[in-house]
Amino acid sequence: MSGDWLPATVIDADWPIPTGRSLWVRVDGWPGNLAGQHVDVRLTAEDGYRAERSYSISTHGPSPVLEFAVDELPDGEVSPYLVHDIEVGDRFEVRGPVGRYFVWEPAQTGPVQLIAGGSGIVPLMAMARARRDSGSDAPFKLLYSVRGEPYAYFAEELEQLRGETFGIDWVYTKRAPEGWHRPPGRIDRELLEQLVIPAAEQPSVYICGPTPFVEAAANLLVDLGHDPARIRTERFGG
Amino acid sequence: MTISEERRTMIVSRGFGERRREPDPSLPPGQRTTEDFPVMSAGPTPVVSPADWRFSIATERGTAEWGWDDLMAQPIDDVTTDIHCVTRWSKLGTRWRGVSLDHVLAAAGGTEQVSAMIDCYGDYTTNVPIADLVGGKAWLAFEFEGEPLEPEHGFPVRLIVPHLYFWKSAKWVRGLRTQAVDEPGFWEVNGYHQYGDPWREQRYW
Ligand SMILES: Cc1cc2nc3c(=O)[nH]c(=O)nc-3n(C[C@H](O)[C@H](O)[C@H](O)COP(=O)(O)OP(=O)(O)OC[C@H]3O[C@@H](n4cnc5c(N)ncnc54)[C@H](O)[C@@H]3O)c2cc1C
Repeated sequence: MSGDWLPATVIDADWPIPTGRSLWVRVDGWPGNLAGQHVDVRLTAEDGYRAERSYSISTHGPSPVLEFAVDELPDGEVSPYLVHDIEVGDRFEVRGPVGRYFVWEPAQTGPVQLIAGGSGIVPLMAMARARRDSGSDAPFKLLYSVRGEPYAYFAEELEQLRGETFGIDWVYTKRAPEGWHRPPGRIDRELLEQLVIPAAEQPSVYICGPTPFVEAAANLLVDLGHDPARIRTERFGG
Repeated sequence: MTISEERRTMIVSRGFGERRREPDPSLPPGQRTTEDFPVMSAGPTPVVSPADWRFSIATERGTAEWGWDDLMAQPIDDVTTDIHCVTRWSKLGTRWRGVSLDHVLAAAGGTEQVSAMIDCYGDYTTNVPIADLVGGKAWLAFEFEGEPLEPEHGFPVRLIVPHLYFWKSAKWVRGLRTQAVDEPGFWEVNGYHQYGDPWREQRYW
């Protein structure tokens, strides 16, 4: 459960996007986690000073190796450390898993619409992986909004998941790839009407990302007739 | 464990701490102040007009129901208080206007029960002990910083129980039901603490 602080060791790290890092971490005593949950991370300085933040987990299941993806907020305290300073072999602590609501479990067979803004893909990636790993054939669709192509986490792995029952729609807000069929721009009503599983099919909707993105998407979907009880949201702040 | 023992077993993150901000003693542990008013809710924003708003008060003695005019007919308090969200932001010296839960429960003839389940438009629920609702500790609030509540912050009426983490301060309230045992509400079932005292960092169970 979420009670104790557990030691975590960085075992691998890279920069999949220019402004963010992915960290693979081994957590001793990890009880396993559902797809969509997060941890509290605690960092301790030499002199005992501490800071805590929450980070979603992009992996799922019993494995004690967890993956995180952290966006740098240049004027932030913790994210620049995780993105630039921490190295393989360094340690911190985690507590969790946290959250029983923003989760998807393979026993859910209905259609699922995932909507991610930026690093909000992290818990949704765990759901996409849980679907793949369980052999579930629940229809999934992902709408993933990023600044531009280089700013997408998990791009290759997601493209490999694409298939008859797993749709992916990219939305580029600042710069679209050469020849893209839509000019860059933020999500709006028309776009969601076009890309999201229609309300009539009663999808479970999971929305995650910066707070303004989540608010905008959730309100537009309610406006389009989606039942608020089927829309689950996770806000990263900002 | 002594402090020096704790130091020895401490897991230190090499090179961490350069960007630290000084902790503020007026804040509960792990909280930081924000000037914004971030939004946190489990789903989208319900739309309720004051004319349609109803608040039912169900106790072991029966059920009373208030509309907007009944709420406005009550004594109204000006409240200045700090608020603390479980997602680690706090906002200091926020100003609210609302009706004390003392009046709400009195209107229903009082209660001997231990806990209340708060019901909301949008099907959110949260549980709060009666002892934390009475004695000038909780309000049905309809104004924030001199203005009606914003839709995403609970318009037309929200509960505020500022001495507990702010998820207990349910938005878009439509009623309370007293209960003989302290049954968990929505977030409490979904991983958050049954009571939620920020000074004891009761974030999760
Ligand atoms: C459930 C959950 C899951 C999350 N998952 C992820 C994830 O998977 N990936 C991810 O990248 N992020 C995630 N986040 C966000 C993450 O927790 C941090 O908020 C984020 O990394 C920023 O932390 P920071 O310490 O770098 O910034 P902070 O230091 O917290 O600062 C945040 C912003 O506020 C300003 N600020 C804060 N305090 C002050 C102050 N005292 N004075 C002036 N300015 C201030 C900073 O300038 C900055 O712009 C998640 C959040 C939640 C709640």
